[in-house]
Amino acid sequence: MPQRHTTGKRSHGWMGIQRGHRARPLEWLAEKFIFAVSLSTILVVLLIFLFVAREAAPLLFGRMNSAAVQEVIPVGEFDKLSPAQLQQYLGLTPSELAAMDRATLQSLMEVKVEALNEIPAAFRGDPDAHLNTTQWRYLLGPHQWTDYAKPEFIWQPVGQIKKYNIIPLLVGSLKTTLVGLLFAVPLAVGAAIYVSQLARPRVREVVKPTIEMLSGIPSVVVGFFALLVMATVLQSLFGYQTRLNAFVAGIALGFAVIPVVFSIAEDALTSVPQAYTQAALALGSSRWQAAWQIVLPAALPGVFAATVLGFGRAIGETMIVLMVCSASVMSWNIFDSARSITTTIAAEMAEAVSGGPHYRILFLLGAMLFAVTFVLNLIGDVVMHRLKLRLEGKR
Amino acid sequence: MNEVRSPKPAGRSFHAASFDYPSFFFSGLTGLATLLILAILGVILLNIVLNGLPGLSWRFVSTIPKKDFFDLETTGVLPMIVGTTIRVLVMTIFVIPVGVITAIYLTEYAPNTSLVTRLLRAAVNNLAGVPSIVFGLFGLGFFINFIGKNLDALLHNPGPVWGQPAVLWASLTLAVMTLPVVIVATEESLKAIPTGLREASLALGATKLETIVKIVLPQALPGILTGGILAVSRAAGEVAPILFTGVAYYMASLPHKLTDQFMDLGYHVFVLSTQSPNIEQTRPLLYATVLVLLGLTFALNFVAIIIRARVRKKLRALN
Repeated sequence: MPQRHTTGKRSHGWMGIQRGHRARPLEWLAEKFIFAVSLSTILVVLLIFLFVAREAAPLLFGRMNSAAVQEVIPVGEFDKLSPAQLQQYLGLTPSELAAMDRATLQSLMEVKVEALNEIPAAFRGDPDAHLNTTQWRYLLGPHQWTDYAKPEFIWQPVGQIKKYNIIPLLVGSLKTTLVGLLFAVPLAVGAAIYVSQLARPRVREVVKPTIEMLSGIPSVVVGFFALLVMATVLQSLFGYQTRLNAFVAGIALGFAVIPVVFSIAEDALTSVPQAYTQAALALGSSRWQAAWQIVLPAALPGVFAATVLGFGRAIGETMIVLMVCSASVMSWNIFDSARSITTTIAAEMAEAVSGGPHYRILFLLGAMLFAVTFVLNLIGDVVMHRLKLRLEGKR
Repeated sequence: MNEVRSPKPAGRSFHAASFDYPSFFFSGLTGLATLLILAILGVILLNIVLNGLPGLSWRFVSTIPKKDFFDLETTGVLPMIVGTTIRVLVMTIFVIPVGVITAIYLTEYAPNTSLVTRLLRAAVNNLAGVPSIVFGLFGLGFFINFIGKNLDALLHNPGPVWGQPAVLWASLTLAVMTLPVVIVATEESLKAIPTGLREASLALGATKLETIVKIVLPQALPGILTGGILAVSRAAGEVAPILFTGVAYYMASLPHKLTDQFMDLGYHVFVLSTQSPNIEQTRPLLYATVLVLLGLTFALNFVAIIIRARVRKKLRALN
């Protein structure tokens, strides 16, 4: 007879089959059902990555061509083309190709020829018109476009030559995010120290939920407030030129980041055992010295995790930056406008042709964003988990 | 008599010398940071309430606006309120069962050390950190372009019925987004229930499932409620996930089936503040709309935070 495990509330065996399912089939079934439903969370994370990446895939495998002037094959040569060539030429998926009959395909080829004829003759001579701007070197590297004096990073998805350089968007995202973090982290960590270490319990009980309430303000409302009120106030305070710029957006982002950083930092500081503080106080330190020299160093990884997660929150925030500034300029000056990755996706998806290069690049940006925040979250969680284990003396 | 001076108590001299200015200063600094954050919250709320109240009227919240909705005198926000409410309610139908069941698995069944449990926890944490715009892309790529289009092909619909932005897809996208909110809140409240209660039930001969359904869940109801409210409040204010999955700039009638598009309060705030021909004229209207949105999300949030504070207190008392 197999030995039963005696540890834990109940032995599970392999998938719970070892015991119970014969005696109580319903119970067993319910348990499996609960397990299956809970797996949906894992499934959802996988699906998000899969489907965002799926829309970007043709781009990643170099199957997109955004050149304005492309080689045209006359309709008459239809029979000479292999299905693979045809699929490549018309930019179809194999299933789409299979679903179309000969006449549809030929009319698609005709559309291509007509599209070429509509392009002005002068423009056809432009070397830029022959470039496939979805290649990695145009996505990431600077390029000297016709009529430009030097190689530049340009995001300009409309117009005859589509320029898809994503570096200005990265700069825009980092610029606003860094301003936001510089503003939010000192404030939030300061408040976390105060609330968890220095404040009286009654003050703490009121202040903590109130600060957390800040996260209850929808980001579209923060964006609205930044656009209508803050932009004017900040401009009169600092006296810069452009009213709506990365600085305003960054401060507004800070409002969204503060509750995130605050609650994680507070959590980390509170999980430092009381004994640490008590020992320091007994040795004659002031409350501040205990908080600054004993508790904060012990909880420092937690503050780091809070910053990392705050960064993730800020870089993924959409509506605030979308409402406050939107021009994509390649500049590190925080008093210039900026266009972040999220803003670009939100503002341009509606006008991007489904399945076209622009559409795919927006999905690529989304996939990048997902990957970045995924890694940041993982780092934040691991750091917090280890910190708590260590403070509880389990490691 | 008094000649014999008792030596000064060491403690007192220590005390006198140690009015610790740096401590005072730095403690004050952290207090100031706290005050500043509270002030930011206060200023935002006051600004919106004071400027928004004059524009608010029964007519405003009960009128369906004409195509040009930039005039405070004739416009209204009824379709936006209805749209936001519908998408949030449909969302709760999906998210609450899944979230609660997952939380039950995590607290009542999950073996602590197994790989699946750890994966599940990592997934919940990660889902909470995914940017809202990525959920929008997911909704477009998965629900509309994959499920919707395939459904259309399957049903031989002449035009796109399911394969286009709709209330259903927006709600599902939001359900995915708020799943961790419900899971975390429910888990917290399940953990707050004393183990003794479960053991008593099991000792009386109830099965594990009976214990959960009849003892644990009723006790956890406030926490589940909190999770639901927090999810609703979070979802009601989110605009990014619905941008590509269902929101409409303007609709002449209210949505009446799941495949309709809808107007939305948050999106309307965005439209009013960025597309207005004359922002100064739109300002009162904008404030009134923001106040309605804030009233909807913030009131809910407020209730949830109060319930949660109670649950946490109970939890702390137990440990």
